[in-house]
Amino acid sequence: MSKVIVVTSGKGGVGKTTSTASLGAALAREGKKVCVVDFDVGLRNLDLMLGAERRVVYDFINVAQGDAKLGQALIRDKRVETLHLLAASQTRDKDALTDSGVERVIGDLREQFDWVLCDSPAGIERGALLAMRFADEAIVVTNPEVSSVRDSDRIIGLLDARTRRAESGERMEKRLLITRFDAARSSRGEMLSVADVLDILSIPLLGIVPEDQEILRSSNVGAPITINGSASPAARAYHEAAKRLAGEAIPVAMPNDKKTFLNRLFGRRAA
Amino acid sequence: MSLFRLFRPRATAPVARERLQILLSHERVAVGPRDLVAILRDDLLATIRRHVEIDPEKLTVKMDRAAAYSTLEIDVEIPCDTVALAAPGGSEVPQATAA
Repeated sequence: MSKVIVVTSGKGGVGKTTSTASLGAALAREGKKVCVVDFDVGLRNLDLMLGAERRVVYDFINVAQGDAKLGQALIRDKRVETLHLLAASQTRDKDALTDSGVERVIGDLREQFDWVLCDSPAGIERGALLAMRFADEAIVVTNPEVSSVRDSDRIIGLLDARTRRAESGERMEKRLLITRFDAARSSRGEMLSVADVLDILSIPLLGIVPEDQEILRSSNVGAPITINGSASPAARAYHEAAKRLAGEAIPVAMPNDKKTFLNRLFGRRAA
Repeated sequence: MSLFRLFRPRATAPVARERLQILLSHERVAVGPRDLVAILRDDLLATIRRHVEIDPEKLTVKMDRAAAYSTLEIDVEIPCDTVALAAPGGSEVPQATAA
């Protein structure tokens, strides 16, 4: 029943942490028990996205090394009570996480939660590999931009080679979440289209999150866009992606390119 | 129609797409046979599923590397009620390339 999902990308800054927080909050609002886990040792940010930065007492490494119990380290969200955070250590060396330590903590989380979302650090080093290692499925976050697509392709290769599932000959399911998509620029041929990215990476699509000013506002105040009652396009996209993750068959709507008369007239400046 | 259309630079997304396709076709092979098989598997699955819904577990892709040649073996099991095929059990497509 319990599902462990890694949110990964290779490239930094594409929206892994925002997506982890938004999808986690959306799933929790549906009444599911959710834990979001920060694997970015030394550069944690998931606590900030959830507005829990001042509530971190114990972290992932404390639990993995047996210095704290899991229950002591889990931070329950004050707005959605089924949402929990396991923060990464901000001070410890990133080599403090071991394979066996991570395996044990993930195993314990599986017993308590319906969903465990692992927020991977950028890169393809140890931290990123540990974040994906014990996952059942992966969400690959990609911007419609060449370096992000290239790095996602590399991460997809690693998901198929370096995860526990892949090593035991099982299929590692991977789904693509395209973020910061700008329909207007794409329609003008200034940005890779969704079809281009899907064609190149050839993994199924989980959702398309449009570029949305509301995202920055939500991170400013530490309230994921799926908690704060926003009806913005990005919030809708995350809510729908969460439903697809949970198995609902909702078709992915292409973000439409709304053009007003002025936009059309001054097409270039409206980007 | 934009008044600025005449002065606008040509669409750059097709260039991005082409560069990525060329680059990744090289990088995927360089990463190694294990990754290549997984990529091929996903590609094949996506292609087949555009036409016939199949169980992902019923598609196997194997690559064997020998000294003189390599073989790629693809085995697809298609449920017989979805399409009337001559041989619904599966098909093998061996392909030899010089090593």
